[in-house]
Amino acid sequence: MSEMQKTIEIEVLRYHPEKDREPHRQVFEVPFTDDMSVLQGVQYIKDYLDGSLSFRWSCRMAICGSCGMMINGIPSLSCQTFLRDYYPARVRVEALAHFPIERDLVINMEGFIEKLESIQPYIIPKEERTLAQGEYLQTPEQLNAYEQFSSCINCLLCYAACPQFGLNSSFIGPAATALLHRYNVDSRDGGKAERMELINSEEGVFNCTAVGYCSEVCPKHVDPANAVNQNKTNSAADYFLRFLAPKGGAK
Amino acid sequence: MKAPLKRSNAPIFWALFGAGGMLSALFGPMLVFITGLALPLGLLLPADTMSYPKMLAFAQNIIGKGFIFAIIALFLWHAAHRIFHSLHDIGIHAGTGAKLLCYGSAMLGTLIAAYALLAIGF
Ligand code: SF4
Ligand code: FES
Repeated sequence: MSEMQKTIEIEVLRYHPEKDREPHRQVFEVPFTDDMSVLQGVQYIKDYLDGSLSFRWSCRMAICGSCGMMINGIPSLSCQTFLRDYYPARVRVEALAHFPIERDLVINMEGFIEKLESIQPYIIPKEERTLAQGEYLQTPEQLNAYEQFSSCINCLLCYAACPQFGLNSSFIGPAATALLHRYNVDSRDGGKAERMELINSEEGVFNCTAVGYCSEVCPKHVDPANAVNQNKTNSAADYFLRFLAPKGGAK
Repeated sequence: MKAPLKRSNAPIFWALFGAGGMLSALFGPMLVFITGLALPLGLLLPADTMSYPKMLAFAQNIIGKGFIFAIIALFLWHAAHRIFHSLHDIGIHAGTGAKLLCYGSAMLGTLIAAYALLAIGF
């Protein structure tokens, strides 16, 4: 380490459930260069200062969605957030808000996985087609209708940003709703009626109070708040019109 | 896997909330200006714009009645919904009690407005 080496303080929320009664903070002094991400900062801690520090990561390029953390209180991808933007001040790194902590910066995402399964995140074909009938064709407009909502990387930043999910974790939440919407508006899909039951339910879109922070923190510009609010209108229309059109998914 | 889904009745309150929000955005500022500033300060409008005979005629006209009713009732439902959700946001999860109080007062206001508008005659 040269004498000119700059260092930055990283404050990390630690929690090992087998020995800690509650989470606590620990500060590390980390050498840094201008091109270092927060993820590289915590990797330095793990490699050279404290091997017991736990966190998730994989791609280091904002693709896999596994490195989400609260950085100075803001839900962020740690591989896409740079230490230089905080230097010389201390950076505070914590596990994503609103989720149970498994260990240090690793959250338990079981609840989200269940939600993901419940929305049936795959195309339920409108009509059975044989191979001989060839591929499903879509116009650019039909692609446009859902493309933005298909970019989600399940990083869960939007859940950490959502105060309503924080108050009621049974709320289906931003990303799952965006993905549900992605399939509902796909011209090849025929599963809308089934999925709308979830949108219409007490776990559905009406938990949202149009805060919009989910869309602000989303690193992939999915705009989950847009999907949620479009479905409030869909759900309300179905609520009042279901008696006129006996075909909908309403019960 | 889980308990069966229960359909939310939120659309009723959400629709009233939305309609009230729209109406208050369109007419709220104008009403505040007319009743709170223009008339008391004698600006722009003739001094007797809201005199008793004129207002009575307005409230006895079927369109005037509808307007007054919509403004009072929908503003109330909008406010009730906003207050109910804000209570939840600041950590008061009073549940059914708060719901009854918020939406109940909107309902009461709606009924009183309807009664008064009918009682005043046509
Ligand atoms: S919607 Fe955006 S913030 Fe939410 S999980 Fe998907 S990529 Fe992450
Ligand atoms: S490590 Fe993959 S998104 Fe950050």
